[in-house]
Amino acid sequence: MPPTSASVPPPVGQAATPPLLQIRGLSKAFGSVVAADGIDLDVGKGEALGIIGPNGAGKTTLFSLIAGSIQPDRGTIRLGGRDLAHLPQHARCAAGIGRTHQIPHPFANLTVFENLLVAAVHGSGRSERDAADFCAGILATTSLLPQANRLSGSLPLLARKRLELARALATGPELLLLDETAGGLTEAECGALVETIAAIRAGGVTVIWIEHVVHALLAVVERLIVLDFGKKIAEGKPRAVMASPEVRAIYMGIAAGAAEGSA
Amino acid sequence: MSGWANTLIQGVLLGGLYALFAAGLSVIFGVMRLVNLAHGDLIVLAAFVILTLTTALGLDPWTATLVALPILFAVGYALQFVLLNRTLGHDLLPPLLVTFGLSIVIENGLLQVFSADSRRLDAGPIETSSLALGHGVAVGVVPLLTLVSAVAVILLLNLLFYRTRLGRAFRATSDDAEMAALMGIDHRRTFAAAMGVALVVVAIAALYLGMRANFDPTAGPGRLLYAFEAVIIGGIGSFWGTLAGGVVIGVAQTVGARINPEWQILAGHLAFLVVLVLRPRGFFPRAVD
Repeated sequence: MPPTSASVPPPVGQAATPPLLQIRGLSKAFGSVVAADGIDLDVGKGEALGIIGPNGAGKTTLFSLIAGSIQPDRGTIRLGGRDLAHLPQHARCAAGIGRTHQIPHPFANLTVFENLLVAAVHGSGRSERDAADFCAGILATTSLLPQANRLSGSLPLLARKRLELARALATGPELLLLDETAGGLTEAECGALVETIAAIRAGGVTVIWIEHVVHALLAVVERLIVLDFGKKIAEGKPRAVMASPEVRAIYMGIAAGAAEGSA
Repeated sequence: MSGWANTLIQGVLLGGLYALFAAGLSVIFGVMRLVNLAHGDLIVLAAFVILTLTTALGLDPWTATLVALPILFAVGYALQFVLLNRTLGHDLLPPLLVTFGLSIVIENGLLQVFSADSRRLDAGPIETSSLALGHGVAVGVVPLLTLVSAVAVILLLNLLFYRTRLGRAFRATSDDAEMAALMGIDHRRTFAAAMGVALVVVAIAALYLGMRANFDPTAGPGRLLYAFEAVIIGGIGSFWGTLAGGVVIGVAQTVGARINPEWQILAGHLAFLVVLVLRPRGFFPRAVD
């Protein structure tokens, strides 16, 4: 069941508590290519935020900056008020940031269960014993139990995608960054994924989701931002954003059919 | 008949020594993908550490090795954390150059401190004692202990890698260091711990090197070659494979020597080449590379 907007946390700016994630003036250029250009963004605790934008707009770069695999040229990122600038990638995981990649990268020579166990023990600081139960639960919610003891390098694509999500969950994230998780899935698989992500949210995890499959995204998120050339060009209620002329011109010119179908 | 049986048994026992040389290398290669050209010199260095402990503290080689184990773990940890971690990346050349340099530094450092004299670890009467197996075949106690130790080391390494938290971190980091960081694993410390473990194995190898033969500061590179061949014959990432690889080289050498004493070393290398042609990824390659 998709979540309704009744449970939406207070909008940004008027919340008494600071936002979980606070980004200010974040910029990153690769040579002459500007991947992030002064991005400001607040994400409240428990919120689900969607990010759309054409290819090369800087969506994945934004995730890399948040997760710490690349360093910004300028700007700050705070998680729960704490500046992440000097926190290396593994410490950001421990601080509560979980991330999935568009192309799954499982630990190929570990079994599916061991993949989760590594994430749970090192990412969420659980003991081996606690982690085993915790991981079994995640395997069940992500429908991976039948493959638990398979080497993850031998999994088909759908199972790899599930594993990518399951492993990120096993790190016990407060903030989950999902990068095109629905890409390449069938309608039925996509529906199952939407339910899974809605359940993750219901468990109190804050979600930021980059997705080209707009109808899946709109079933989960209550706020949408649009990136183009590293800039935030639109932000607001998903349907209002999708209907705005800038988005239609810049983004939906590429995928007009998808927009009409879901809007 | 008993002559050939004897040859095979001596070969298997010799293989135990090569497996010990190779096991540490297998850890380093398997976890860090680091081609450690200083591995042979590290074995010789460890042998001198044990020798120094025996002379300075009056210990027997076994006790001295027990004392040396934590010292070498610390040396390995520091070596990886301070020096070798800086060389790792997508380029294969820096670790090769740095470990090659390290090999020269260790060798010349040992020459300065210990001179070029041949040394030996004196283990007492056990060195010459042997067990008669009947049919005219007898095995030396030290060679037998070498093989038993090699099997024990391989067993313990497998337990460490497949049954512990640290071992899973080793394997995950080996598969994908970037993803491991995303799962909260600090790959620099993980690599440092792996080098520490590798040097613990090196200390055990050094004990048997020093008890079975003379060693001097220049003995390292020869050990390195056997170790590499054993790892590659076995398949990178498989410790049982490394043991099998050591045994293949050991048996090839004793069989070669039996045919013609001058062929001992050559036969070992030929066996390596044959395996490389028939099974380029070794006997027990990893599932995914």
